[in-house]
Amino acid sequence: MSHLDSELQQLKAETIKMWTLVNNQLRKGKEALINLDKDLAREVILSERRVNAYELKLDRDCENIFALFNPVAVDLRCVLAVLKINNNLERTGDIVEGIAKFVTNVDHNFDKQVLEITRAVEMYEAAINMMDDVLDAFDKENTAIARKVFLQDELLDDINLKANAAIAGYIRSNPENIESALYLLSIIRKLERVGDQAKNMAEEIIFYIEAKVLKHRSKVEKQKNN
Amino acid sequence: MYKIESKNVDFFYGPSQALKNINIAIKPNTVTALIGPSGCGKSTYLRLFNRMNDLIDNTRISGQVLIDNEDIYAKGINVDSLRKKVGMVFQKPNPFPKTIFENVAYGLRVNGISDKKFIEERVETSIKQVALWEEVKDKLKKPAFELSGGQQQRLCIARALAIQPSIILMDEPTSALDPISTAKIEALIYELKSKYTIVIVTHNMQQAGRVSDTTAFFYMGELIEHGNTKTIFTNPKIERTQNYITGRFG
Repeated sequence: MSHLDSELQQLKAETIKMWTLVNNQLRKGKEALINLDKDLAREVILSERRVNAYELKLDRDCENIFALFNPVAVDLRCVLAVLKINNNLERTGDIVEGIAKFVTNVDHNFDKQVLEITRAVEMYEAAINMMDDVLDAFDKENTAIARKVFLQDELLDDINLKANAAIAGYIRSNPENIESALYLLSIIRKLERVGDQAKNMAEEIIFYIEAKVLKHRSKVEKQKNN
Repeated sequence: MYKIESKNVDFFYGPSQALKNINIAIKPNTVTALIGPSGCGKSTYLRLFNRMNDLIDNTRISGQVLIDNEDIYAKGINVDSLRKKVGMVFQKPNPFPKTIFENVAYGLRVNGISDKKFIEERVETSIKQVALWEEVKDKLKKPAFELSGGQQQRLCIARALAIQPSIILMDEPTSALDPISTAKIEALIYELKSKYTIVIVTHNMQQAGRVSDTTAFFYMGELIEHGNTKTIFTNPKIERTQNYITGRFG
C-alpha cells in the first residue's frame, strides 16, 4: 500500500468515526424527544463539541494531503468529497444540537396526538435511516445505496410540507399546548434539513466514486445510474 | 486545422516496435504533455516531429506525421527547413562552449544570416522572451557555462526561439533544475503558448497538470488516453491512466 493510500484510508476511517458519532447524536436526540429525557438532550448538546473537534481535525488532514501528496483523479475526488462531507456532518451535528436544545426548553411531554398527526417520529426515523444509509454507502463505496437516499428524502419533504396545517389544526383544538406544538414544528423543520445534509453527502459519494456531479439536478435525474 | 497530426504511426528500433498505431491531433498554440513510464515511447514520439530519430541507425517509421498539413516524412522534405520550424529543448541544458550572445546567434549564423544589427536585435528579443535579459544583458560576452543550470536552460530555449520556429519540443526540460528554475521555465511555457505550439515530455505529473492543455498517456508504445488535461487529472476515462497518475501503476 502506498503512503497516500494509507493516508486516504486513515482519512476515511476518521470520517466514519465522526459520522457514527453524529448518527448516534441523532438517535439520542430522538429518544430525548420521545421520552422528554432532558439529561439525554443535555448529553447531546455537550457532545457537539466532539463533532466540532472532528471537523477541525478532518479539515487539517485534508489540507495536509493536498499539500503533501497532490492527489489527482479518484484520490483528489476522495479528499474533496471528505472535505465537503465533513462540513455536512458538522452542520448535521449543529441541527441535532438544536433539536436537543428544544427538548430541554419544553416544559412537559409532547402530546402523543401531535406526534401522530405530524408524523414527527416517522420523519425522525426516516432521517436516521438516511444518515445510516449514506454512511453505509461511503463505507462500502457503493453508489446504489447512496442513490436510495434521494427517494427517502421525498418522505421527509412530504411530512415537512404537511406539518404547518397539522400543527395549526392541533393548536386550534389544543391551545394550551401551543408552545410545545411550535417546538415540534421547529424540530420538523430541522429534520428536513438533516435530510438535505444526507442528500448532499450522497451526492459527494457519487462524485467521489463515479465522478458525476449531481448538484442542482432533479430528483429523477439523481436516481438514475447514468 | 491542426498544427501537428500523427496518423497510424508505427515506429521501430530494428526489430523492436517502439510505437504502435499512434493517432494524435494537436491544435496550434496549445501545450501537449506526453506522460508515461520510462520506455513507454513518449520521447521517441516527441523526436518524430523534428525527425531526430533519423539520426539513429536502423530505425523505421510507417504512417504519417503531418505538420501544417504536410507529411514531414514524405520524399523531398528538407529536414533542415523542418528543424527550423520545430525547435527542441533537452533534459539537460546543453549550451555550446561559446559566449551567451553567440549561443543564441548561432542558429542565425548557420542559417546564413550575417547582418550584425539584425542578429543583435534577434538575440536580444529571444533572450527577453525567456525572461533572461535582465540577468545577462551586462555579460553577453561571458561564456554560457558561467550561468546557473536554470539560466542555461532558458538560454537554450532562447537559442531555439531565435530561428523563429512555430513548434517547440521539450524533453523533460526541468528534470535537472531546482524548483525556482522549474517555476520560471513553467511560467515561460505558459507565456510562449500564445506564439508557439509546445509538446513537452515530463515525468512530473504535477508539471503536466500545471502547464499543459492536453495530456497524452503512453504505455508500452501505445497511446492509452489523450484528452483535456483537466479531465485526465480529475476523471481519466481509462483505469490504466488513473493507476499511473495516482502512482498505483505496476
